[in-house]
Amino acid sequence: MNAQADRPAAGVQLSASLGIALKAIRTNSVRSALTMLGIIIGIGAAIVAVSISQGAGQQLQEQIEAFGTHVLQVRPGSGFFGGRRQGAGTARPLTDRDVDAIAELGEFVEAASGRIQTAATLVSAGRNWPTTVQGVGADFAITQNRAVVEGRNFSDAEARRGATVAVVGQTVVNELFNGNDPVGARIRINRTPVTVIGVLEEIGASNFGQDQDDIVWMPLASVRSRISREAGSVPDNAGSVTIKVWDDLDVLEVQREIEDLLRLRRNIAPGADDDFVVFNFAEFIRARNETEALLGFLLAAFSATSLVVGGIGIMNIMLVSVTERTREIGLRRAVGARQRDVLTQFLVEATVLGLIGGILGMLVGVGGTYLAAALGEFPVLISPWTLAGAVGIAIFIAVFFGYYPARRASRLDPIEALRFE
Amino acid sequence: MTPTDPSSVAVLVRCAGLGKDYVMGENVIHALRDVDVAIARGELVAIMGPSGSGKSTFMNLVGALDSPSTGTLTIAGRDIGRMGSDELSRLRNETLGFVFQQFMLLARTSAIDNVKLPLMYTRMDAAEKDRRARTALERVGLAERMDHTPAQLSGGQQQRVAIARALVNQPEMILADEPTGALDTVTAEEIMALLTELNHEGVTVMLVTHEEEIAAHARRIIRFRDGRIIADEAHEPEASRA
Repeated sequence: MNAQADRPAAGVQLSASLGIALKAIRTNSVRSALTMLGIIIGIGAAIVAVSISQGAGQQLQEQIEAFGTHVLQVRPGSGFFGGRRQGAGTARPLTDRDVDAIAELGEFVEAASGRIQTAATLVSAGRNWPTTVQGVGADFAITQNRAVVEGRNFSDAEARRGATVAVVGQTVVNELFNGNDPVGARIRINRTPVTVIGVLEEIGASNFGQDQDDIVWMPLASVRSRISREAGSVPDNAGSVTIKVWDDLDVLEVQREIEDLLRLRRNIAPGADDDFVVFNFAEFIRARNETEALLGFLLAAFSATSLVVGGIGIMNIMLVSVTERTREIGLRRAVGARQRDVLTQFLVEATVLGLIGGILGMLVGVGGTYLAAALGEFPVLISPWTLAGAVGIAIFIAVFFGYYPARRASRLDPIEALRFE
Repeated sequence: MTPTDPSSVAVLVRCAGLGKDYVMGENVIHALRDVDVAIARGELVAIMGPSGSGKSTFMNLVGALDSPSTGTLTIAGRDIGRMGSDELSRLRNETLGFVFQQFMLLARTSAIDNVKLPLMYTRMDAAEKDRRARTALERVGLAERMDHTPAQLSGGQQQRVAIARALVNQPEMILADEPTGALDTVTAEEIMALLTELNHEGVTVMLVTHEEEIAAHARRIIRFRDGRIIADEAHEPEASRA
């Protein structure tokens, strides 16, 4: 007779153990459910945490791709009037000459453009459409990484002399021209006759839900002199300045160069505050996403704590189960169970607890994630890997914390176990 | 595997200078000492003695649940003292069957599933396990009660299920520890009749009891006191109905 030949195969042993485990869990269903609660909450919180942080990460990536990491924006700062700060944009405006000076920093800057923006109504052949008109330079398209797909963009010469030409977004094409090719059409914008010379690449809604195709670009000078009612006190007000930094340069270094240039141009004494603000999109988006990252971290810490508590819960209930079933263990050993058979039986039971807890936790986590997304307006991303990982962790926790009770069960002296009252 | 001594094929259990010591704090308790005894295949032996006499220790050793401190114990030609834990499990599974005073059935588990318990640790297809369990239950007269749980069975019926469980792997020997201790006199006689029948069919039976009426069914009575055998006598069974 071969020593191990006719012992049960591992698979047979596992399926038998699974049957015993399910029976034991069903017999004490309330107790088992309470035991699993820690795992359920921990796994649920972990899934919410990971989904929120992955969603935030994905949004960060999308926003960086949309804005470009190498884009800066300069705006006038807060002005003073009689010792009172007047709020953003109230300081001395940025002018066309400021824009040109920045654009001349050719070793740092690929393109720079002023931008003023106004609401205006477009009229064409009896139809009208209220939209946003942006007065920009010819290079604004470069800073926005946006192409003109039909017709052409206005030239630098047209921009400088204030030609009455416009490039329109797809929404405007749809609303004002019923989807027909608008290139060459004569329209009126706030009563000024304007020729449409191009159509902008369609890019859809922004991350903030704004339709970026419902827009008209015109030379800054013509918007300033003919369209906008808020031309301001300075005749060459360039609004805000958008700057495209060369891709191979460090944005923060270029930002400092531009700050130095503007301080010099605007005669700001060393040590005095800037009267302008430079926005770095990447920094801005990072700051915004840090909040979500922090939330994700707190939830991750909470879920880790909960999983440890859940694991201890499983260990506790398994110890109770081993004690309650001491005589059963003794009996099984007497009728031929090896130590490893008993070990397997209790490990399988712990695994099943972990698996059921993990699956329930997964459901709680997915529900909680959608709830958080709805309530907190977070972007979320639930990946199948997160769910699989979460269930895997639940099983790992259960096996880790179930091992000690299972080992204890397997090491019981069969004689003592049989006599146990 | 220890080779079987050809001169003693008939011997199932052989003890030579068998002793078992327990350490209790600073004291060593000699639960069993210098036991020399042989039990042949097909015997029905009663082990008697007051509590603390060593009879339970002897039973645990012969049941391969414990290892000797001194001397040797061979069961079916195999030296218990030289076997590892897994080998002892296997010996219990294949060669021995246990019957306990408190029946030791799994609650909320059908009679047939209780009987199948030892087969869980044997490689055998499900149909064969089922067939063996049914045969064993039929043998103890419970063909009609296979799906009953212990709570739905009387004490005598529960002990019959336990005997079927002991029989299911076709052991050489049944070890019965006070098998009638929890039963009334009439039921106890029925259980003893069943064990006697099984013995007549060739199964060696070792019975631990402190009741003379129960021991009276045996053909040999070994008496223990203070860890030693004080008497080993052949006996004419009184109530053999087989």
